[in-house]
Amino acid sequence: MDITTDTHSQHISKQFNQELEELKTHLMTMGGQVEKQVQDAVTALLESDSRLGERVSDDDKSVNDMQLKIDDECTRVLARRQPAASDLRLVLAVIRATSDLERIGDEASKIARNAVVLSEAGNGPKGLVEVRHISEHVRAMVRDSLTAFARFDIDLALKVVHEDEAVDNEYTSAMRSLMTFMMEDPRSITSVLSVMWVLRALERIGDHANNLAEYVIYLVKGLDIRHIDPDELDEDALKRQS
Amino acid sequence: MADETSPRQAALHEVVQDIPREGRCFEIEELSVAYAGKTALSGLNLYVPRHRVTAFIGPSGCGKSTLLRAFNRLHDLNDDVDRQGRIMLEGQEIHAPEVDVADLRRRVGMVFQTPNPFPMSIYENVAFGLRLQAALPKRRRDEVIEWALESAALWDEVKHRLHDSALSLSGGQQQRLVIARTLAVQPEVLLLDEPASALDPISTLKIEELIRTLKSHLTLVLVTHNMQQAARVSDYTAFLEGGELIEYGATDTLFTNPRLARTENYITGRTDR
Repeated sequence: MDITTDTHSQHISKQFNQELEELKTHLMTMGGQVEKQVQDAVTALLESDSRLGERVSDDDKSVNDMQLKIDDECTRVLARRQPAASDLRLVLAVIRATSDLERIGDEASKIARNAVVLSEAGNGPKGLVEVRHISEHVRAMVRDSLTAFARFDIDLALKVVHEDEAVDNEYTSAMRSLMTFMMEDPRSITSVLSVMWVLRALERIGDHANNLAEYVIYLVKGLDIRHIDPDELDEDALKRQS
Repeated sequence: MADETSPRQAALHEVVQDIPREGRCFEIEELSVAYAGKTALSGLNLYVPRHRVTAFIGPSGCGKSTLLRAFNRLHDLNDDVDRQGRIMLEGQEIHAPEVDVADLRRRVGMVFQTPNPFPMSIYENVAFGLRLQAALPKRRRDEVIEWALESAALWDEVKHRLHDSALSLSGGQQQRLVIARTLAVQPEVLLLDEPASALDPISTLKIEELIRTLKSHLTLVLVTHNMQQAARVSDYTAFLEGGELIEYGATDTLFTNPRLARTENYITGRTDR
C-alpha cells in the first residue's frame, strides 16, 4: 500500500503519531543543517574564505549529535511500539537517512578543510569552474532528496536517482581535465590535488543524496531499489498508485 | 495455470499472495457460516499450507474463531448454525457422510483460550483420549504419554508427579498439558484459539516455542488478537474483517508491506477512515 504524508498521523494512539512526527521533523532539521554545511563549504572554497571553512568543520559536531539523538529516538520507538508496515519502514528509513546525512556532513568538512588549505596557498586554483558546476548539481540533489522525504514524493526521488548518474559523468570528465592541468603545469599539482579531493567529496555527497532518495521509495512503496541499475527500474510500476 | 481462470480462483488470487500452491492441508471453498441467521463468514476461499503455521488475525467478531471451529466441525454441536460451502482436509470433504466426526476431531485437534484440563491426574489427562481410541498395553500407553508430554515441552516439569492433580499445575503448564493431551492421539492438525492470551509472558514464549517445534510434523492454525504473536510465530497470516478474507500472505510481507490499506490500518493500530 502506498502511503501519504498524513499516514503517520492516523493512529489510535496520539502519542505514537507524535513520536513518528517528531522523528520526521528532527530528520528534516538535521537535513537542513547538513544542506547549509555543504553550501558554506563550497562558498568558502569559491570565495577563499578560510574563516567560513573553519566554521563548517565546527558545525559537524552538532550534526553528529543530531544523528545520535535521532537514532536514540528510533531505538525507543522500536522498543516501545514494535512498529509494523509503513511505521516500521519510516523508522528504518530515518535510521538509514541519518547515517547518510552524517556522512554528507563529513564530506562537507573535507571540502571545508581543503578550502582552508587552498585559500592559505593563495592564487586562485584551477578547476573551480568544475567545482562550481558540480556543487550546484549536488546541492540540488541533496535539497530534492530531503524534499522528497518530507513530501513522500516518488517522482522527485526518482529524479534524484537519475541525477546521480549525470553527476558521476561530470565528475569523471572534471577529473580528466584536472589531470591535464597537472601534466601541463607540475607546479600546480598540490593545489589541483586539493581540488580533486573536493570533487571527490562532492561526488560522494551525490551518492548519499541518491541513497536518501532510495529510502524515500522504500518508505512509500515498500520496495528496496538499492543495488538496482537506475536504467533498469520499472518506473511506471513505481509511480502507479496501489 | 488452468484453475486460475475460474472467477472463484481469480477472486482468490486477488487476496492471496505468496501462499505455496503445493502441499495444501485444508482447502476452503465458498465457506459461509451464519449463527441464527446472522452472517459470521461469507463466501470464504482459502487454503492452509501443510506443516506450516498459519495465523488468523482480525478485530473481534471478524469471524476468525468461527473459521477455526469450522475446521473440525465444532459448529455441528450447535443447532442454529447454518454452514454452506466446502472444507477439504487432505483432499477429502470433511462433511462427507462417510467421515466419522470423532475421527476428524482426532486428526484435527483443538486448544482453547482457557486451559481446560480434566479434574484428574496429569497422567490420566493425557491418557484420556488414548483410552477412548484403543486399548493399548500399559507399557505402550506409558510410552505414548511420555512422548506427548515431551512433545509439549512439559515432561521435565511433571515427570516426578504424573499422578498429581492436573489442577495443581500453573496456567501455562495446564495449557501445555492440554496440548499434550491433544498430541497423544497423534493429530495431523492443531487448531489454537488464542492459546496464550490467558498466560503470563514467559508461559506465552514457551507456547510459542512449542508451536515452532511442532510444525515439523503438524499443520498449525492459530487465532490470535496479539499481532506481535502472529508476526513472531506464523509463516502465513490471513487478515479477516466483517466475515471476509481481506488479505492473506506470507507473514514477512504482511507485516512489512501489506497490500491493502485496511490491513495496514489494522496491524499498525490506525483508525479506518
